[in-house]
Amino acid sequence: MCHQTVSLVARHLEAHGLPTLCMASARDIISAGRVPRAVFIDYPLGHTCGKPGDRVDQLAIARAAVQALANVSQPETIIDLAHTWGDEAWRDDASSTRAEDTRQPRDESPQFQFAADLDAARASGALA
Amino acid sequence: MRAIAARYTKLGYTPYRWFAADSAPPWTPVTRPLGATRLGVLSTCGAYALGQVAYHYKDDTSLRRIPAAIAASELRFSHITENYLVDAKRDPECMLPLRALHSLVQSGELGALAAHVYTCMGGVYSQRRVREEVAPAVAAAMRDEAVDAVLLIPM
Repeated sequence: MCHQTVSLVARHLEAHGLPTLCMASARDIISAGRVPRAVFIDYPLGHTCGKPGDRVDQLAIARAAVQALANVSQPETIIDLAHTWGDEAWRDDASSTRAEDTRQPRDESPQFQFAADLDAARASGALA
Repeated sequence: MRAIAARYTKLGYTPYRWFAADSAPPWTPVTRPLGATRLGVLSTCGAYALGQVAYHYKDDTSLRRIPAAIAASELRFSHITENYLVDAKRDPECMLPLRALHSLVQSGELGALAAHVYTCMGGVYSQRRVREEVAPAVAAAMRDEAVDAVLLIPM
């Protein structure tokens, strides 16, 4: 869903004079969205910018993304980065067709990560 | 997309109609060298700064404006598919690469990072609301930040 949102935003920004580069880890969704420029990182969702705690990996991916912005000259180019996650077991979950809904309920009130964040939002005046 | 459709069909849902563009994308050429480019960032990961209001999960189309210099310890997350955020909650760089981008600015590979980066909760089911609410808000935010180009980071 996030990849679809990004596709729509990319097309809007580009139509309004701003060049964009989409980073993506769901190749089919970003491809269907036909975005101007993209890099594909073949990692499990939630790691679009690299592996946790791996500063070398994260910097290399950020560098590749920024360079793609400058180097892509053909619309709808998707550059496949060579980075590999290592343990490939995540692909079984990603491609599973088991009937399972991992989404949170569609609450309409703010869902703070920590209870103390609610107090901080009140203290800052962001939340009445 | 096929796996997701199969999963939810088994749960009794009508298959979601994903956005499939029927035309080539609009295109704005990059004219500045990277070393002189001021970069804007949008991540759909649902990050918010301590002191800000968290996202809600039903088609929340709002944005959060976060200082690019924020400490990682002040970043929080709320997202309808937060099962994917276990690692990002430990290391926000997985979804919001501020440290990496600052590093590229320091080395001169990138001109500058906008003063603020932006997030949204990308799990918005209504494509109409993304087009009419999220996209124009991002465009306005990026104009305010006076950026030359935008990095878009979906989760």
